[in-house]
Amino acid sequence: MTHEIAMTINGQREQVQVPAGMTLLELLRERLHLTGTKEGCGIGECGACTVLLDGAPVTSCLILAVECDGRDVRTVEGEIENGRLSELQRAFIDAGAIQCGFCTPGMIMSARALLERNPDPSDEEMVEAIAGNLCRCTGYQAILQAVRLAAERARARDATGGGHLASDRNASPTLDRKGRER
Amino acid sequence: MSDGLQYVGKPISREDGVDKVSGAARYTHDLSRPGMLHTAVLTSPHASARIVSIETQAAEALPGVRVVLTGDSLCYRLGLYMQDKCILARKVVRYQGEAVVAVAADTLDIAREACRLVDVSYEPLEPVLDPQKALEPDAPLVHPDLGDYDHMKGVFFPEPKTNIAHHQKIRKGDFDAAYASADVTLEAAFTNPPVQHVPMETHATIAEVRPEGRVEIWTSSQSPYTVRHLMSVAFGLPHANIRVHVPYVGGGFGGKAGLGLEPLAYVLARAAARPVKVVATREEEFNTLPSRQGLHAAIRIGATNDGKITALKATYTWDAGAYADYGVNIGRAAAYSGAGPYSIDNCWIDSRVVYTNKIFGTAFRGFGHLEILWGIERAIDMMARRLDIDPVAFRRANLLEKGDTTITGERFTAGHGNPVACVDAAAEAIDWGMPSAPPGTPHRVRGKGIAALHKAPAMPTYTSCAAVIKLDEDGAADVLISGVDYGQGTYTVLRQIAAEELKLPIEKAHVTWDCDTSFSPYDWQTVASRFAFMGGNAVIEAAADCVRQLKAVASQALDVSPEDLVCKDGRVFVDGIPERGLDYADLSLGYSFPNGNSIGGPIIGHGRYIATGLTHLDPETGQGLPAQYWTYGAHAVEIEVDTETGEIEILKIVTAIDAGKVLNPKLADGQVVGGVLQGLGSALWEGFRFDEHGRFLNPSFVDYKIPTAKDVPRETEQILLEYPQTGGPYGARGIAEHPMISVPSAVGNALFDALGIEFTALPLNYERILLRILESGERA
Repeated sequence: MTHEIAMTINGQREQVQVPAGMTLLELLRERLHLTGTKEGCGIGECGACTVLLDGAPVTSCLILAVECDGRDVRTVEGEIENGRLSELQRAFIDAGAIQCGFCTPGMIMSARALLERNPDPSDEEMVEAIAGNLCRCTGYQAILQAVRLAAERARARDATGGGHLASDRNASPTLDRKGRER
Repeated sequence: MSDGLQYVGKPISREDGVDKVSGAARYTHDLSRPGMLHTAVLTSPHASARIVSIETQAAEALPGVRVVLTGDSLCYRLGLYMQDKCILARKVVRYQGEAVVAVAADTLDIAREACRLVDVSYEPLEPVLDPQKALEPDAPLVHPDLGDYDHMKGVFFPEPKTNIAHHQKIRKGDFDAAYASADVTLEAAFTNPPVQHVPMETHATIAEVRPEGRVEIWTSSQSPYTVRHLMSVAFGLPHANIRVHVPYVGGGFGGKAGLGLEPLAYVLARAAARPVKVVATREEEFNTLPSRQGLHAAIRIGATNDGKITALKATYTWDAGAYADYGVNIGRAAAYSGAGPYSIDNCWIDSRVVYTNKIFGTAFRGFGHLEILWGIERAIDMMARRLDIDPVAFRRANLLEKGDTTITGERFTAGHGNPVACVDAAAEAIDWGMPSAPPGTPHRVRGKGIAALHKAPAMPTYTSCAAVIKLDEDGAADVLISGVDYGQGTYTVLRQIAAEELKLPIEKAHVTWDCDTSFSPYDWQTVASRFAFMGGNAVIEAAADCVRQLKAVASQALDVSPEDLVCKDGRVFVDGIPERGLDYADLSLGYSFPNGNSIGGPIIGHGRYIATGLTHLDPETGQGLPAQYWTYGAHAVEIEVDTETGEIEILKIVTAIDAGKVLNPKLADGQVVGGVLQGLGSALWEGFRFDEHGRFLNPSFVDYKIPTAKDVPRETEQILLEYPQTGGPYGARGIAEHPMISVPSAVGNALFDALGIEFTALPLNYERILLRILESGERA
């Protein structure tokens, strides 16, 4: 039994035929080749597959693709705009918040959801926002620092009337030779 | 800069950051090959059983199933040090979770459905679950054929017709006499449960077998060359026929060292004549793939009244589980490290690696040292109290110092580092000797604890590593190396070293990601906190080779002798006359004179490093030189305990490690902060639970808790000391494993300070603490 569904993924309209049992994670990774979203457990316990569904963070391994009909999905790939990293992504690099990187896409999406609903989160709110995302490498402190940094930079930018900060101007991944090769 | 270094020692961001934050980083999980099949395995429900029959016809008949394999068709026995493991269980199963049947099919769903259609009939046998009981003369034998297994001879000593896979001995001085004449003695026993690595990316391998036996493998591994070599040995293939790719790896912590899923992927791909992908489920990661070993440690210490340790005996009984894997080498390392970082004249250590019918053990960040130091560092505190000497002062009086000898007879020099300075730094940072501030709430008490640590890389005496640097058309440098950066940041450090040594702007130095045994030169494997040390030395030598070649060509082009040339900012020039020079870009592919005549050629530098002076240990006394270098450190912690719930809160944890030289403070900090929280996982929550039949009870994140963002200590402090390491790159030594090693010991010592109760078993979870508090209340 398959279903025809239509949804917006990272701003692009997608129309796909999916089996009833297909998860959103499978749709993203296997059908649409958006492999930035990771599978760490497949049963909703680790947060590696976190994406935004209508702006709210969900573990995409627990959502059926058919549930997403008519809805808006955002993944880590959607953070990139015009080939440039988002301020949040840049903050993860600057804060040293990455080691193996496998939890990073899910972390970024949880942090994105937080910053959209609360541009000035407290430490407790930051901890709460990423408490469902497991990381075995970093000890979380640098990740929390990255979220803090991204929030500070966004506020500083808004205070100066928009535009990009100097640090953000260097954010283009195409400046990075290795990044371009991939 | 006072040290004259431009990039080494600076907080350079990781080069892999852009790929990883953007989702562009491809891990083995993310890869596929045309025509690739997916797989599922059926595992044993019994800890020990005879396989009576396996019925696979219904599975084979399922549309989309391409191959169903059982152990009967796979006559291979594999192993890193001891060839004791079949790819799929043959005739018997030795632990609950062992792979018995594997299916390759068009989709994962079909493969899983096929596994459900397989009917395996077992005759359950009495399992042996407790390593102490496994040593008894009438214990069931996990491997009755142990005497027939091939193993690394002269290094490991299995005892046929027993469950002992390896027995390592250390004998120094006369323990019995010294213990008998000691003023004060102590005897205590400690236990650690098996613990899982929990890499966020579970193990994954893709294998493709071409006609005529050529094999290509993509795998989430710490060990591309070891995978290639062991595959070559196991399947009788020439090394050149096997190509191993390692893309980005989502964490390892030792669990992806050696061989993992590669043999299974290979035999399935060979049988199917199609590429095959094997990905461990999270449950299989817990319950089929190996863990950290459990340990029972019995420790005896004798000391003089004034606080000098005169005798130490440790009996380590390792719960290897069903197969030896790295366990035998952990047993070996635990023996030569087995007295802690102390100078002890009379030492006796027996370290036995014992087979049981449980999930098997392997390397885990720290390689046995968290486990042994849980016992040693708790026992040191107990002894200090017995002597009524402050634990810091007691450690200071016994820590290794220049002129001492280790328990294997190695002379301790200034170039080894400074254990005393580590303990002092940790003590000072925790305000040792000052009472804790009173807790804000009733029913809560506070305490402080300290613990020292040490560890050396456990590696073969001939461990080596090579690096190649090739210069690009534009004068940039690419480092090829096949140690793996699975998150530690070593590639970024090697990039800094390459830029430093080549005198290149860092933007023009790169380390090539994605190891490939066809292109990247040999490295043993990425374990033991030895990659920055050995890889760093190899890159230094490769860069020197490039510089030598650059100067040789430039000297002809500029008509000066090479000795008069210097390099700076990607340019070779006559010393003192910068304008008389050439850019690397003018030389990297060869130099062309104005008339068209050309000299030189593409510049490719080669460097290497091999362990020097290491010896096998004497089988009877353990004397010898096992370690290229040691890294010393200490943890100090202040905790608050809720006496009504048993909950521990970490108020502050300090880590002091003698890094020799900090190559990148940002990455070093990341290693320490992450390692400390992983250590707190081992201290407070983590451990496998088995029922009386040997069934593993907690193979999921709900039942096996790892630290989350809510478990971050209130305050964390890192102190990295720099007493240079002899032979280390810029004086550096490895620091990757050490941040987690003595965390449990320090917490255990702080718990005694807070509660006056001795804890000897890990983890120190709420339940265990509360039960002991209640028990002590009843006794009182």
